[in-house]
Amino acid sequence: MAIWINEESKILIQGITGKQGTFHGTRMVRYNTNVVGGVTPGKGGQEVDLDGHQVPVFDSMMEAVSETGADVSAIYVPARFAAAAIHEAAEAFNENGGGLIVCITEGIPTLDMIRAVDKVNEFEKVRLIGPNCPGIISPGLNGGCKVGIMPAFIHKKGRIGIVSKSGTLTYEAVAQTMSVDEGQTTCVGIGGDPVSGTGFIDCLSAFEEDPDTVAVVMIGEIGGSAEEEAAEWVCDNMSKPVIGFVAGSTAPPGKRMGHAGAIISGGKGTAAEKFAAFEKAGIHVARDPSEIGQVLVGALIEAGLRES
Amino acid sequence: MNIHEYQAKEIFREFGVRVLEGVHCRSVSEALAAYDSLGSKVVAVKSQIHAGGRGKGTLYDPESGDEIMKGGVKIAFSKNDVEEFSRNICGNLLVTKQTGAEGKIVSNMYVESGCDIDHEFYLAILVDRDRKSILVMASTEGGVDIEEVAENNPEAIHKIWADSSLGLLEEDCASLSKSLGLTGDSSKEMIEMLGSLYRMFVERDCSMIEINPLVRTKTGSMVALDAKVGLDENANFRHPWRDDVRDLSEEEDVEIRANDLGLSYVKLDGNIGCLVNGAGLAMASMDVIKLYGGEPANFLDIGGGATRESITAAFQIILEDENVEGILVNIFGGIIRCDMVAMSVIEASKELGLEVPLVVRFSGTNHEEGKAILDSGEISIHTVGSLSEGARKIVDLIGGGN
Repeated sequence: MAIWINEESKILIQGITGKQGTFHGTRMVRYNTNVVGGVTPGKGGQEVDLDGHQVPVFDSMMEAVSETGADVSAIYVPARFAAAAIHEAAEAFNENGGGLIVCITEGIPTLDMIRAVDKVNEFEKVRLIGPNCPGIISPGLNGGCKVGIMPAFIHKKGRIGIVSKSGTLTYEAVAQTMSVDEGQTTCVGIGGDPVSGTGFIDCLSAFEEDPDTVAVVMIGEIGGSAEEEAAEWVCDNMSKPVIGFVAGSTAPPGKRMGHAGAIISGGKGTAAEKFAAFEKAGIHVARDPSEIGQVLVGALIEAGLRES
Repeated sequence: MNIHEYQAKEIFREFGVRVLEGVHCRSVSEALAAYDSLGSKVVAVKSQIHAGGRGKGTLYDPESGDEIMKGGVKIAFSKNDVEEFSRNICGNLLVTKQTGAEGKIVSNMYVESGCDIDHEFYLAILVDRDRKSILVMASTEGGVDIEEVAENNPEAIHKIWADSSLGLLEEDCASLSKSLGLTGDSSKEMIEMLGSLYRMFVERDCSMIEINPLVRTKTGSMVALDAKVGLDENANFRHPWRDDVRDLSEEEDVEIRANDLGLSYVKLDGNIGCLVNGAGLAMASMDVIKLYGGEPANFLDIGGGATRESITAAFQIILEDENVEGILVNIFGGIIRCDMVAMSVIEASKELGLEVPLVVRFSGTNHEEGKAILDSGEISIHTVGSLSEGARKIVDLIGGGN
């Protein structure tokens, strides 16, 4: 098993006729992800070719979900329309038994996200991942389920869960697990924006419950206090080993480091505080991301899950 | 994106938030004319820069470095005072706790009427990341650092949160006003002001509004004596007016240029330039350089849509920093292909006549092809397999580290 998505998941692409939607949709299909259709308002009735796969385009999410029975949506629409796309997906999934929304789009206004997250939270069976994230992937034996923009080929089915605020640093963490011959159950990029859907604790709790996940790699970054809260949660609730890294030890205060949320403000949200919280919670800390693999091996040995 | 106090107060007026009368000035003569037009005996002459801590800052002569005056915000009791203060401020370097030692040249001033202060409060509206909602924070202790209040006297800080569909509830505003000890007309004005500020926050897509101090005057009126407003840049597309209030002289020239090219660049004080794809990986690369005894010269994320042109521009930006003695390139190919980056690296080093040592680490999409391109080129580039190897190598090559 994996968390939230697996080879059975049926995926819709919002913004499927756009450049990003078609480009990444094609790569999702190549990884054997079950893309069942897409939405572009005004283009309903057309078909899009994704690597030889013809998938239908719908005018609205409501129509798309009820026609295809999809339970996952990947959003690739431009920032100014992305919040509306989240609202639409949330309503459609709520009417049809629930679903997962993965918003890849970067640069959505914060106030739009506050409203969108509030909308999603109205519905118990709807989950949002992102925005401004690489997405989520559950590797399978022959391809797998990839909902996002990550390079699929670096992954392999296995027993490690990964959750991260960053994009390429998530790939680094994946490569680190592979370097010690461990694969992944699911890798979730939760995004680095100040306001987003799924957080660290949601992911950790899902990994804790997932029987196939034996350990979790958690990658945080400066800004906010999500890492500290996650550390506390790990200390109180997590039976599986957690390996942690925080990016931004050298970031100067008050400067936004690429991600809108990656900023030390008022002396709060520093990497030092986050590392300290990790250590206090018994999280296995890697100070250098190139050592995540070795730290993971150590944690697995300690937990009796690996011999060397 | 930040704006000046005088610009923020202009927006305050538009939304009915009470401020004192004031005039934006750019010279001593304008300041003197402002004094005459305001008709207030006592005025404040305020330096306008984006950094905080202006009142407690110090002005220096930018040429000689000599200290000119303590305090970037001065109370003038006469026209002579206005002349002296504006002369000391205009065109000089203001160093505050937030500007860093290099300070900021002051080219804008604000001359504002005085008022009789009865009490100073603190008020801020911002985004609460944990609650995912808009937070209003107020304190009875205004005019001082809010971080200090939070540290020493946390019970003096009161908070209310907005409902994302209903907005700021009047009963919450009333209870906030009560916690601040406000009564009668002052309380009524406070509640109205909270409503106006919230409306401004939402309609103008602010990331922060901070008023420190917000004062109750001797006549019981609530007045915003200062104004610090941050705007959410992600919402720029629906606020064309922002082009008129953006002060490019307040932003690092090179950071603006980088931004226009789709690069995200922040200059630091070290000597190892970094060129990375992805914000998290870029931060991690800096951290690892430091971990192995080096000092990063910059944060640079080339983004997911990097091209040969933008990579060449990125090298150029890194090399403009005279402190740079070596460069570490760290690419985890996803959408970006390492072979494309390799070609760009070779082109850029030829075009720019690269002389400093260059270490490149490729992983992900087409990393082997990328490495082969670099290894076969006539330019000496060190290729490595991992980030820590790369960091150690570049630190070693410039003869630093421990």
